[in-house]
Amino acid sequence: MQKRRKISSNRRWEIGGNIVMSILAICAIVPFVLLTISSLTSESAILKNGYQFWPKEWSLDAYAYLLNHWKSIGNAYLISIIVTVTGTVLGIMIISTFAYALSRRKLPGRSILIFILIFTMLFRGGATATYIIYSQIFHIKDTIFALIIPGLLMNGFYVMMFRTFFENSVPGALMEAAHIDGASEFKLFTKIVVPLSLPMFATVGLTLGLSYWNDWTNSLYYISAKHTELLSIQAYLNKVNETIAFLANNDLGQPVPVESIPSMTVRMAIGVIGVLPIICAYPFFQKWFVRGITEGAIKE
Amino acid sequence: MNKKVKKKIRWKVYIPLYFMSLPALIYLFINNLLPLYGLQIAFRKLDYTKGVFNGDFVGFDNFKFLFATSDAWVMTRNTVLYNLLFMVVGTVLSIAVAILFNEVRNKIASRIYQTAILIPYIISMVVVSYLAYAFLSSESGFINNGILKVFGKESISWYTEAKYWPFILLIISQWKGLGYSILMYLTNIMSISTDYYEAAAIDGASRWKQIKAITLPQLKPTFMMLTILSIGRMFYSDFGLFYQIPRNSGPLYSVTTTIDTYVFRALMKLGNVSMSSAAGFYQSVVGFILILGSNLIIRKVSKENAIF
Repeated sequence: MQKRRKISSNRRWEIGGNIVMSILAICAIVPFVLLTISSLTSESAILKNGYQFWPKEWSLDAYAYLLNHWKSIGNAYLISIIVTVTGTVLGIMIISTFAYALSRRKLPGRSILIFILIFTMLFRGGATATYIIYSQIFHIKDTIFALIIPGLLMNGFYVMMFRTFFENSVPGALMEAAHIDGASEFKLFTKIVVPLSLPMFATVGLTLGLSYWNDWTNSLYYISAKHTELLSIQAYLNKVNETIAFLANNDLGQPVPVESIPSMTVRMAIGVIGVLPIICAYPFFQKWFVRGITEGAIKE
Repeated sequence: MNKKVKKKIRWKVYIPLYFMSLPALIYLFINNLLPLYGLQIAFRKLDYTKGVFNGDFVGFDNFKFLFATSDAWVMTRNTVLYNLLFMVVGTVLSIAVAILFNEVRNKIASRIYQTAILIPYIISMVVVSYLAYAFLSSESGFINNGILKVFGKESISWYTEAKYWPFILLIISQWKGLGYSILMYLTNIMSISTDYYEAAAIDGASRWKQIKAITLPQLKPTFMMLTILSIGRMFYSDFGLFYQIPRNSGPLYSVTTTIDTYVFRALMKLGNVSMSSAAGFYQSVVGFILILGSNLIIRKVSKENAIF
């Protein structure tokens, strides 16, 4: 009797957990559903009833419109891909090699390097000073470097994650043996450490790649309005956000009459194509991504 | 003599390591140290003819101007209060949900839940602003048309009514960030030894009692770490949240301006480098003190969680 009550109490908790989690999961997804359905609604239905979960009239006009403007959108995708790939590859190289040097306990001056890293993690110059340095000294404005270099390329936190991994998960005996065999530090890194740390590379690489893909602030600071060829997809979304009129006039001097812009639905359709690649790729990188979060949680 | 030879060889061994550190050090110099040097423009009069760093030294004049405006007070208040609000609500919600999430036994179900609640975390704030717009737009938004109209209520002009925004920003920040903090706490809960729970169950402790006596105390390390980190970031705000979601709407500035959005607007929209750099300096220094202070507390409480 006593036992049965206990089981049913556990069962109640499990049901409660499922209910709460289902509600949260639905809350997380519902906005995307509204966005997608709104983009598939006819303009007139939206003018009458607003964005609906089940519209009176469906339509693909918004996507047809975007297809006619594929040049600027395709270009934005291309910029996003170039920036994400370049930034991630460069970043991961800089981060992992530095972390490896820091993980070598006998390195003379190691504590100075660690101090520099932590100091720069803590004391930040802030947006204004950074902007002045990059625009006035390095003249980075309106170049693709502005999307790759400021802020994103290296993050002290990732260096720490890599360093901890190298110190704890690469067998010291193996390193010692290779060292005695005459392998240089560089060889040790490329032949032993990197192959043994691939999960870490995947984790940090994906997190870094995501921050590049999602970035729009660098564009906001460093890309001026007339350089539309340097807009990434996120920056493109931001521009559309600022003014829908941008779309009408942008395609190589062929202004579209304002009344022919199905703006309400196009807005939503642009949102959809902005988020679609991430949602599609997400199932494949979820595992590594979650690892990155939990690895951070148990950082000791 | 012998020692000297030995030392020489050692240096040679380490050269590749210095070489490998070089790109990172160059980057830290450009991206982090030079801007620190650049902070001095907060104390100078801007004069492009002389070069940005050679303007006349004016002491604290820029700060006097900044703190004479009501902006200084508004942005400080907003930044700190929103941080406190997000911290308290976020902590309570994520611990409560993580405990309930841990009760889900079905592997497939918990995988689905995890996938879903993390989706908001991986998308950019620009996309979130599109999602928010679909709900909040005054002419076509779902809330006005699909909810308020159906119940015969007046439409609300969401993007011009300041009073709703603390609430809207709270909901959106939690919607976006909760998945992440739930996962942090869940990792902590799953690392608790099952022995405790088995022993408690034999003693006849109810589930609720087990949570109070075992789970909550064991969450202390994660709780401390996250709380102290957010205290350290008390002077920083999520620029995307406060810039993208309100769509830069003027009537909302009183409740949506944080130090970060002020710095951006002063620099990029108003071209007021002096105000912007003064506000940036203010943020850097107070932020640094807060981080040092909070780290000092971590060191006192649990040394292994300290950053340095």
